[in-house]
Amino acid sequence: MKNICFYFEIHQPLRLKRYRFFDIGQDHYYYDDFQAEERIRGMVEQSYLPANRTIAEMIRSSNGKFKCAFSISGVALEQLEQYAPEVIDSFQELAKTGSVEFLAEPYAHSLASLYNTDEFVEQVNLHADKIEQLFGKRPTAVHNSELIYSDEIGEVLQKMGYKTVLIEQVKDVLGWKSPNYVYHHPSNPKLKLLVRNNKLSDDIAFRFSNRAWADFPLTSEKFVSRIAEASDGEQIFNVWMGYEALGFYQHPESGIFEFLKAVPFHAIEHSIGFVLPSEATKKLEAVDSLSFTHPTSWAESKDISVWNGNDLQHEALSKLYAVSERVHLCNDKPLQHDWLLLQTTDNFRYMSHSDSFGTHYVSPYEAFTNYMNVLADFLDRVDAQYPTTIENEELNALLKTINNQEKEIAELEEEIKKLKSRKEKK
Amino acid sequence: MKALMFGWEFPPHILGGLGTASYGLTKGMSLQQDMEITFVIPKPHGDEDQSFLKIIGACNVPVVWKDNTWEHVNNRIGKIMHPDEYFWLRNGIKYDFTRIFTNDLGCIDFSGRYPDNLIEEISNYEAVASVLAHQLEFDVIHSHDWLTYPAGVFVKRITGKPLVIHVHATDFDRSRGKVNPTVYNIEKTGMDIADHIITVSNLTRKIVIEKYHQDPRKVTTVHNAVEPLEHVESFVKKPRKDKVVTFLGRITMQKGPEYFVEAAHRVLQRSKNVRFVMAGSGDMMDAMIDLAAKRGIADRFHFPGFQRGSEVHEMLAQSDVYIMPSVSEPFGISPLEAMQVGTPSIISYQSGCAEILTHVIKTDYWDIDAMADAVYSIVTNPSMYKSLRELGLEEVNNIKWYDAGLKVRDIYNLVTGMH
Repeated sequence: MKNICFYFEIHQPLRLKRYRFFDIGQDHYYYDDFQAEERIRGMVEQSYLPANRTIAEMIRSSNGKFKCAFSISGVALEQLEQYAPEVIDSFQELAKTGSVEFLAEPYAHSLASLYNTDEFVEQVNLHADKIEQLFGKRPTAVHNSELIYSDEIGEVLQKMGYKTVLIEQVKDVLGWKSPNYVYHHPSNPKLKLLVRNNKLSDDIAFRFSNRAWADFPLTSEKFVSRIAEASDGEQIFNVWMGYEALGFYQHPESGIFEFLKAVPFHAIEHSIGFVLPSEATKKLEAVDSLSFTHPTSWAESKDISVWNGNDLQHEALSKLYAVSERVHLCNDKPLQHDWLLLQTTDNFRYMSHSDSFGTHYVSPYEAFTNYMNVLADFLDRVDAQYPTTIENEELNALLKTINNQEKEIAELEEEIKKLKSRKEKK
Repeated sequence: MKALMFGWEFPPHILGGLGTASYGLTKGMSLQQDMEITFVIPKPHGDEDQSFLKIIGACNVPVVWKDNTWEHVNNRIGKIMHPDEYFWLRNGIKYDFTRIFTNDLGCIDFSGRYPDNLIEEISNYEAVASVLAHQLEFDVIHSHDWLTYPAGVFVKRITGKPLVIHVHATDFDRSRGKVNPTVYNIEKTGMDIADHIITVSNLTRKIVIEKYHQDPRKVTTVHNAVEPLEHVESFVKKPRKDKVVTFLGRITMQKGPEYFVEAAHRVLQRSKNVRFVMAGSGDMMDAMIDLAAKRGIADRFHFPGFQRGSEVHEMLAQSDVYIMPSVSEPFGISPLEAMQVGTPSIISYQSGCAEILTHVIKTDYWDIDAMADAVYSIVTNPSMYKSLRELGLEEVNNIKWYDAGLKVRDIYNLVTGMH
């Protein structure tokens, strides 16, 4: 039996405000709240709420046969909580139907997986906690920001206990292999990989209302029949996209919601089911392993160059991640929160010369300048906590002592207990 | 395709950007196989590069018939023009210009500069143009800048050949709105009569359409380009303790020098290892020295004076940042020159070259905060400097006069109906 796996991603960066170098040391608030509110409200009205209503209706009318997964970045969740709590309520309603799964991802939608594994692990945990707290279920499936994935990242996630990872269909890696199967990690076969079907996903996300496109108009019938016509062995068709595709990029007038609503009917007609990522990897056997020696992503270039491909991005990222340990050490809550927000991938994508998708800056240089000014202030604050005069190694040594203290105490106590009991026996 | 061009300057003896642009454009166009260019300037010095076009000096063209021997002519102007050509051109005198003061050869002495009697010189240039109109063979007339519009117009009236005028600047740029009516009149007449108008930027195009009331359909932008710099490797930046931020150009209202001083003041409030240089001269220089002193930054603010020839490139190459905060700049070639020697540039949106450059920082000329921020960013973040330097160099090396020449050729084809 064939299955469609729908997954929608919600992420909105908290954009930085105009921050000049003479603000460094004077102003420690970095965000453009007005813009954030306006943007998130726009998304909510045009996309999230109508789309949630549509999905709720689809679940109802298909008697729970329709299923789909969501991932909402921690940064986006915070903005929703602040500016559009009704969306959180609406997702909680969806969660109650049992036909919806929420995935884990790095809280800040960051590139931590590429720069600092500890930070990455911490952020995924932080996000999983948040999801559990909001929607009552701890995620077992995970995806990295922008579907960035490599064998190394897979291994980290597997060690964390995740069984399912969502990845991009990258031609260089898959070759002739079809995305419509379950795969596994080369050395950790327990870790299952689901591959996005680019064609089917982008047909909806990018091409749906494009009149110049040969397949226009895309009807639900046409969409489902493509899946029905696929060879029998193919098990799972992963249709994944940013949630904004529904209603924001593809306007309601294009018929996107009606299209979606009709999909379950046609699917049932062709006896095609719907499946959630975590179910899919339980239900379906992995056919082969996939090995990613270099990190890949769902950006158009399929690699990570749009975030760390040029000198500006290298400098910004290396200066940012140079202080990870120090930030972890401190207990300053606002500082730690800024630390997360400054890691959001979008900050770096705005610095790309080739593809600065979604930017509000006039040039990558302006994006970089603004970010570095903010970062300079942030680094000053980190410095105030742990002066740079202390070498990293020294700090590490101190860190280790502190971190190991508890462990050591526990071990020693254990030993005392043992000795005591031995003594008593005697 | 034969073009008769009227210009005012031609390298190596140039006074402003017009000469550089004339040279670059004609050189770029000469790469087209069937392109023949005759370039008229008021006063050649004889050392102009004529390998790719023919230069005629207006000061050697007779406008009043005088009887002279071949030897006499050879003695007088033989170095610059062949006597046969003189006699041949003399046959083109069809009108009575005896009202104009001429020398023994019947020629007019042009200064070739921008003298006080500029208007008179412009009209004398017209007289020369009439002689050329009768003798030379050409398909299209091309006039560079307002000084030569009357000449072009006159040739068009005589021959009926299509006239293209090339607007390198308008009086609105030079005067910040307070135009000289005489100049405006000359400009407007030229534009009205021209078959097509070429502007060096969309900014200028907009001025031509809005202030000179021209039909947008006959105004086309052809952005300037830049000649590859010879011996570029000889410009090596010397290591310095302090970063150097440079303003280079006429210190006049049009160039926005006061914004540079204010931006410098902002930067110096925070970082001390930066020096600011205002090279050039002009009527606002004293005011700028005063302003720098008033802001208390005179110890970090320097006025080395007017720079000549290779000093310009040397100064740009030794800088860490080049700033051009022009209030109104039709094109502005100097940021491209800075990029050629690997110096990051900050330019105003009100500069025409901003339309074609990506790897520069653009701000509004009045936005001293943005300008200061950009300076700070370039001098503090190595990757900012490196990116602008490397990508800027790559970018500027791809801005070629050949491509600009092709666009001009399209316009020639259009107005002549030749393909």
